Amino acid sequence: MSTQDTSGMAYWKANVRLITICLVIWAVCSYGFGILLRPMLSGIAVGGTDLGFWFAQQGSMIVFLVLVFVYAYKMNKLDSQFGVQED
Amino acid sequence: MELQTLTFIVVGLTFALYMGIAVWARASSTGEFYAAGRGIHPVANGMATAADWMSAASFISMAGLIAFKGYDASLFLMGWTGGYVLLAMLLAPYLRKFGKFTVPEFIGDRYYSQTARVVAVICLIVASITYVIGQMKGIGVAFSRFLEVDFTTGLLIGMAIVFFYAVLGGMKGITYTQIAQYCVLIMAYTIPAIFISLQLTGNPVPQLGLFGSVADGTPLLTKLDQTVVDLGFSQYTAQKGGTLNMVLYTFSLMIGTAGLPHVIIRFFTVPKVKDARSSAGWALVFISILYTTAPAVGAMAMLNLANTVQPGPVAAADGAMEYEARPQWFKNWETTGLLKFEDKNKNGRIEYRNGDTNELKVDRDIMVLANPEIAKLPNWVIALVAAGGLAAALSTAAGLLLAIASSISHDLLKGIFKPDISEKGELLAARVAMAGAIAVAGYLGLHPPGFAAQTVALAFGLAAASIFPALMMGIFNKRINNTGAVVGMLVGITSTLVYIFWFKGWFFIPGTAMAANTPDNHILGISPEAFGAVGAMLNFASAILVSKVTAEPPEHIQHMVEDIRIPKGSGAATGH
Repeated sequence: MSTQDTSGMAYWKANVRLITICLVIWAVCSYGFGILLRPMLSGIAVGGTDLGFWFAQQGSMIVFLVLVFVYAYKMNKLDSQFGVQED
Repeated sequence: MELQTLTFIVVGLTFALYMGIAVWARASSTGEFYAAGRGIHPVANGMATAADWMSAASFISMAGLIAFKGYDASLFLMGWTGGYVLLAMLLAPYLRKFGKFTVPEFIGDRYYSQTARVVAVICLIVASITYVIGQMKGIGVAFSRFLEVDFTTGLLIGMAIVFFYAVLGGMKGITYTQIAQYCVLIMAYTIPAIFISLQLTGNPVPQLGLFGSVADGTPLLTKLDQTVVDLGFSQYTAQKGGTLNMVLYTFSLMIGTAGLPHVIIRFFTVPKVKDARSSAGWALVFISILYTTAPAVGAMAMLNLANTVQPGPVAAADGAMEYEARPQWFKNWETTGLLKFEDKNKNGRIEYRNGDTNELKVDRDIMVLANPEIAKLPNWVIALVAAGGLAAALSTAAGLLLAIASSISHDLLKGIFKPDISEKGELLAARVAMAGAIAVAGYLGLHPPGFAAQTVALAFGLAAASIFPALMMGIFNKRINNTGAVVGMLVGITSTLVYIFWFKGWFFIPGTAMAANTPDNHILGISPEAFGAVGAMLNFASAILVSKVTAEPPEHIQHMVEDIRIPKGSGAATGH
């Protein structure tokens, strides 16, 4: 196996790890805080309602946004670290 | 100035702008027609994607849906935005690296199978046609309601505009008009919202106003909860539907969004792989501006409506508004049939209640359309809302029509029937396919078939259960082969369609449903709209299983997958 293949594989592994972390946060903030864990968070009041409602109607979207930009930023760094960036 | 005249001027100006762009941004090659020459800046593409994505339903209906469903409508907010995270991480960059023009093309190449490509084309066309009929209806409604033009004439004008810039400019013309359309629609959506938030909460930012307080110091949402409970409805912020259904419904919308071809092809227009990643982020920024405003509009419009028709206590005999004293906007919208009053107890008062005693029927679309009038905003704001609704419908229709046209000219004609067609011939074919798609969409808009109202279930169900899994596995699992992918897609489509048809009638023909469409009849309470997520899981499972027991994909396919996983070399792989 050539060195380029090995570095390609390491790059892909690092990418998949990053995606996994991002998608765990993605799921916890939307399906978790917004739906499944909402009853547990009902004690935390936010503007006339509870934290779960805020996540469901506003917070989750803000988290999504941040996640995509963080992913794009981190991937740019990975690209150059493994030398697979575009010319 | 007279509202009618003003609306004609504002709508006319926006149309003139779209036509001007059409003349300026003509396509001269298939690369420009299908992918705008891959020269669109990621921020510009984000804006175009936002307009492409936000349809007549997002603009006109979503806030009303939230107003009447409260917390339960959160699944639309999360579902229709969360898909962009999946798109940015799981699909867009790799498909951009692949460097071809259509979604079925990737599926056909990756699974070295014309069958797979044809299955993908069929899914794409059914999903997109269903979706485009809704936009045609939106165009007709906006014309007939605001400009008092007859529905058919309105639809024909809308089609003529799309024809002009989509046939001339293809993706290039569509991209630049979508950017203009985004600006129009976002202004039209946020300006009334800012005024209403100011009036109700004193905060000009609707996103903050939603969690702010009304004049007497009570938080807005607490006040709204009390108000709707007094009228006999359940609490606005309470969950009414089943939890499993809500989770699966949200998931279906997310993977459906990521799998919708007209959204995916927008990411083929950026110059580089890294642009595809950041562009998804920008798309989400521009979409979220509207999607975080919508829940504020919904809650505030609901409170305004309730307070208008029920100024006094519910228990008091004179608590409800007298019909004779109804405001002007009420009269205006009564004539359209979107507001209906029936004086059941003959006391001359409008009693808006939950249940049989209710005397007021409110169409949910009114929450956005009548909003500026309810808030007593100037006429130019109302005119702007008309232009915004049209921009939302036109931009989405154009994107869908391009996805349909390119799958016909590129996947079916060049890919299968006439592979030796010249570049010039293909460009002509693409224009003809586009014109044909517009004509078909217009015809279906005027004569909507039974399934037109089922956009969400059908389009998202198909995209979620067939296209998304096929794309994701094609990138993330080298072991999936042609048989596995085809079996997986067919299992996904069949299971989803059967589940939808079971409760909604075979091919949506009334009276052929096998069981009433109620939560009690649904398996585990999963509604037909939420079933796409289950269909996708069945697709994943069967594709992996079948691939395991059949031959692994040839070496060159495995190399292709390795190649699309890294950004390097994207400039060279343009696919010609």
